[in-house]
Amino acid sequence: MDEFYFYTKGMTVGYHGMPLIRNIELKVRRGEILTLIGPNGAGKTTILKSIIRQLSLLGGTAYLDGTDMSRFTGNELARRLSVVLTERVRPELMTCGDVVAAGRYPYTGRFGVLNDRDREIVREAMELVSIQELKDRDFRQISDGQKQRVMLARALCQQPEILVLDEPTSFLDIRYKLEFLSVIQKMSRERRLTVILSLHELDLAERISDRIACVRGDCIDRFGPPEEIFSGGYITELYGMTEGAYDELTGSLELERPPGPPEVFIIAGCGTGTPLFRKLQREGVPFAAGILWENDLDYPAARALAAGLVTEKPFHPFSEEKLLQAKKLLDSCSRVLCAPGLDLEGKMTEKLRSLAGYAQEQGKLG
Amino acid sequence: MKQKRYVLIFLCLAAAMLLLMAANVCIGSVNIPFAEVLRILGGERGADVSADIVLQIRLPRALAAAILGGALALSGYLLQTFFHNPIAGPFTLGISSGAKLTVALVMVFFLERALRVSSLILILAAFAGAMISMSFVLLMSKALNHMSTLIVSGVMIGYICSAVTDFVVTFADDSDIVNLHNWSQGSFSGVSWNNVAVMTVVIFLTSAFVFLLSKPISAYQLGEAYAQNMGLNIRLFRALLVLLSSLLSACVTAFAGPVSFVGTAVPQIVKNVFRTARPILMIPACFLGGAVFCLFCDLLARTLFSPTELSISTVTAVFGAPVVIVILLRSKREGA
Repeated sequence: MDEFYFYTKGMTVGYHGMPLIRNIELKVRRGEILTLIGPNGAGKTTILKSIIRQLSLLGGTAYLDGTDMSRFTGNELARRLSVVLTERVRPELMTCGDVVAAGRYPYTGRFGVLNDRDREIVREAMELVSIQELKDRDFRQISDGQKQRVMLARALCQQPEILVLDEPTSFLDIRYKLEFLSVIQKMSRERRLTVILSLHELDLAERISDRIACVRGDCIDRFGPPEEIFSGGYITELYGMTEGAYDELTGSLELERPPGPPEVFIIAGCGTGTPLFRKLQREGVPFAAGILWENDLDYPAARALAAGLVTEKPFHPFSEEKLLQAKKLLDSCSRVLCAPGLDLEGKMTEKLRSLAGYAQEQGKLG
Repeated sequence: MKQKRYVLIFLCLAAAMLLLMAANVCIGSVNIPFAEVLRILGGERGADVSADIVLQIRLPRALAAAILGGALALSGYLLQTFFHNPIAGPFTLGISSGAKLTVALVMVFFLERALRVSSLILILAAFAGAMISMSFVLLMSKALNHMSTLIVSGVMIGYICSAVTDFVVTFADDSDIVNLHNWSQGSFSGVSWNNVAVMTVVIFLTSAFVFLLSKPISAYQLGEAYAQNMGLNIRLFRALLVLLSSLLSACVTAFAGPVSFVGTAVPQIVKNVFRTARPILMIPACFLGGAVFCLFCDLLARTLFSPTELSISTVTAVFGAPVVIVILLRSKREGA
């Protein structure tokens, strides 16, 4: 176990002596990123609060750098571990610079006066998350996204070996989500900073994490590298998704399929159909689609949304049999649409051309 | 740049304090020229009456106003930090009134038995009362999250305590009743040198201790969770804040009765003048600010309708209450 910078053995966490999640076994190496995912209220925050010693453990032990964490004094721990929490901070009359500088607390003397080196570290941390221009702004008057970055700079200022973040990207827009996680990844790669965080964004979790722990019920349901977690329909199961669909590979979500037999048949491919599928879903019109290769960009959305679907194996020419199937399905629909932008001129799309021709003959092509 | 600004404000505060101190000694029903005051302080016996007025009445009173005012403002600063609430203060939270009640009970008890009440006993009594009110406020603060509801509950505690105090004072049968009545309204009058000595020791020791806590206070300003992550022992720290702020406001109440709004208004004014809430600056600045504010208000209380003296709370409320209103309006705008 020596090689793991942080690990837990049989850790049980909860509030007021009531165990919530039992027997947690997490491990993460120096410089790795561990992400907790799981449904709302599963206890991700409880686990994180226990790791940072804000809640005392109800059982088991957490080890940091080979030492039982409960043995560290407050200051010793503060020099190793820093946090970005969901707790809203509303400090009176503090500039963002002041808030970031607060991260130097474990290193400053009796009265907390900063020396030149401290100031240099503060400046560096602010540069790293690009908030230099916020230095003299009142912390209460900046946006939530900016606040989150200021809090990250504060945490980095503490020069931790391990950083714990509770849903750090929740208030950020897409651009800042990416920037925020990029900084974290950079720190973990370049400075071997170990990171434990919880995320709601599964797509981001999959991309940034070295290890993922799935919190469900009263235990860590699964723990492993993202490629193991995001496979075999596990995510749908983890979140108990009964409506809609989640595509594990692309991380894209689809709402529920419109009920009933298909009314519209769509000839699509290469991503031309997906916007159309979603439009019909919004309008509540059940539809069928075909013929799609199973590696087509339109395939995930079609599989999630279409009431009927004819597919062909990847890189195989469409077969006569599939064409027949598609025609049959088309017969049951009252209208046929050819997805705008779909190029039917290719050598491989001959069957689609004949399908369109078939629809034309019947006067269904709109 | 910032540093210069801070130094300048500190110098202004100190100058204002000295100036007001001098004014408080010189001005009154009998005006005594400053030169004569200096002569009296130099040990030269001038006119006996003037010497008595200066040495036995005005100087101890001015010193008390300065020291107690400082203590009150500092106590308010600690409470505002503790509750993360800009309108918290010993008076608004009912802590002063709790202290007033116990002090009144003790005074009546001692006076009826014709015993002298020592300064120390008064402070202890006030401290006990302050802690009782404080515990109640702490209980309420767990149930009430919103900053104004906490204050409303504090004001209610204040009213209850004041009602009981008035009851006790009204039915106390003693010649000192007039004094007691004055005191229960808040007043710096009748302070003896002995009182000044005791309050100086207690308040300066407490304030020095508070100053030593300026680093943890700065961490606490970011909220408990972050403070804890920075290595602060939250339980110990919270207990210390409660004890120190209660001790400071108890001390004030023991000698001057309840003095309204100083604890709320002065820290707010000082924070906004400095445009920072950094404890290492705010602790001395609030003390000086409180001293200046109380010296100024006491001067008005004594001289405005001389020879009738106003209660100090009347004057401090006139200047302090509007500040609270401004804070409320502003916090609304900031979306508290």
